[in-house]
Amino acid sequence: MNKLFVPLAVVAAAMFVYAPFMILAAPYESTMGLVQKIFYFHAPIGMTMFMSAFVCGIGSAIFLFTRRPGADRVAVAAAELTAILGIIVLVTGPLWARKAWGVWWEWDARLTSSLVLWLIFEAYLLLRRYGGPGSDRLAAGVAIFGMANVPFVYWSVNVWRTMHPKTSVVPTLLPGMRGPFWFCFLAFTIFYVLTLHLRTRLEKRRAELEAVYLATEE
Amino acid sequence: MTFVRAVWLITRKDLLIEARSKEILLTTLFFSVSCVLVFAFGFVREGRAVENAAAGILWIAIAFSGTLALGRAFERERQSETLRALMIAPIPRPALYLGKLLGIVLLLAAVEAIVVPLVSLMFQAPLFAYPWLTVGLLATGTIGFAAVGTMFAAMLVRARSRDVLLPVLLYPITIPVIIAGVRGTAALLQAEVDLPMARLWLSMLVFFDVVFVTLALWTFEPVMTE
Repeated sequence: MNKLFVPLAVVAAAMFVYAPFMILAAPYESTMGLVQKIFYFHAPIGMTMFMSAFVCGIGSAIFLFTRRPGADRVAVAAAELTAILGIIVLVTGPLWARKAWGVWWEWDARLTSSLVLWLIFEAYLLLRRYGGPGSDRLAAGVAIFGMANVPFVYWSVNVWRTMHPKTSVVPTLLPGMRGPFWFCFLAFTIFYVLTLHLRTRLEKRRAELEAVYLATEE
Repeated sequence: MTFVRAVWLITRKDLLIEARSKEILLTTLFFSVSCVLVFAFGFVREGRAVENAAAGILWIAIAFSGTLALGRAFERERQSETLRALMIAPIPRPALYLGKLLGIVLLLAAVEAIVVPLVSLMFQAPLFAYPWLTVGLLATGTIGFAAVGTMFAAMLVRARSRDVLLPVLLYPITIPVIIAGVRGTAALLQAEVDLPMARLWLSMLVFFDVVFVTLALWTFEPVMTE
């Protein structure tokens, strides 16, 4: 990963530079017009966020059962990224909804489950920050519960009410729209992997520094 | 000692303490009644409750008083480090979890036995028109809420700011329980009773209970081991 970091960073940067041109060239959606363009960033970030939640959950499970500190570092990095990506999704979503549906917020399945997922990972970070010693294991428990909770939230809110464009919207996109969508998704995925790597490394350095401090005190 | 016996001994200990002091039972009960009352002021217009408010009020009262009961039940274990004593005891950790869970569920059942008829009376909600479905929704909902709650309350015993962290962690995870409970109960209370809908929510709650009790039994040991 360390060797791949710079080339991947260059690729991601180039993709983000090119993405606006691609989005501009994509055909206009017939009913929503210009505002639909937010979709090319909103949906890939949403997908990356859900992916990140699963990375955190799996990392936490590995940490809990093997006590490998590396897994915990990945989990905390993924949790922070989930929270940040969640904020982006929850800001771009209402912006789009205001134009497309005429309201800022709708209690629909996708929106509500994103909000709930974001809340769970905020709770995870709060626990790590304010829980005191040993909160890494407790937080790992929360992340596993949170991950298992995703399908339940999604299903229950879905039965409760639904309005968001269905998941089936992606395969039915116009050919001109599909390209930019997957391009942006790939760009965000690479960006996600890079940030996750950086954040994990920071956590590792922090642990090493802590160990050095402890060693010098003794 | 067999697993079942260990579970029963833990539950019996909690129930015995409760039977003697009645501390959690009485405080939780009055808290939930006050909760219903506060919501009544929010949702009653011109002497009548807003349509479908009863189901929501009932479940919010259960969730709030459940959080309070969970916090108190484990605060009691924290004083004089009795939780540590239980952890040292030569019983399987999952038995400890199940024992505490059973104690909380029975306690909440006692509270619900008062609050549910009260809501039914005060909001003219025919909660007992389909007694089995109502009881099924309440039982599975309470077990689901308590299954996650017992796990989190137990692990937060050692954490700082545990009072505020418990609801912060518990509510987002138990949102499916609240939705299923409220919608399932509302399906029974609306003018045109929707039995298939109530059964659908009931089966989802059963599924939730199975998944989360299993998950808690599986993760309780590594989370609680120091």
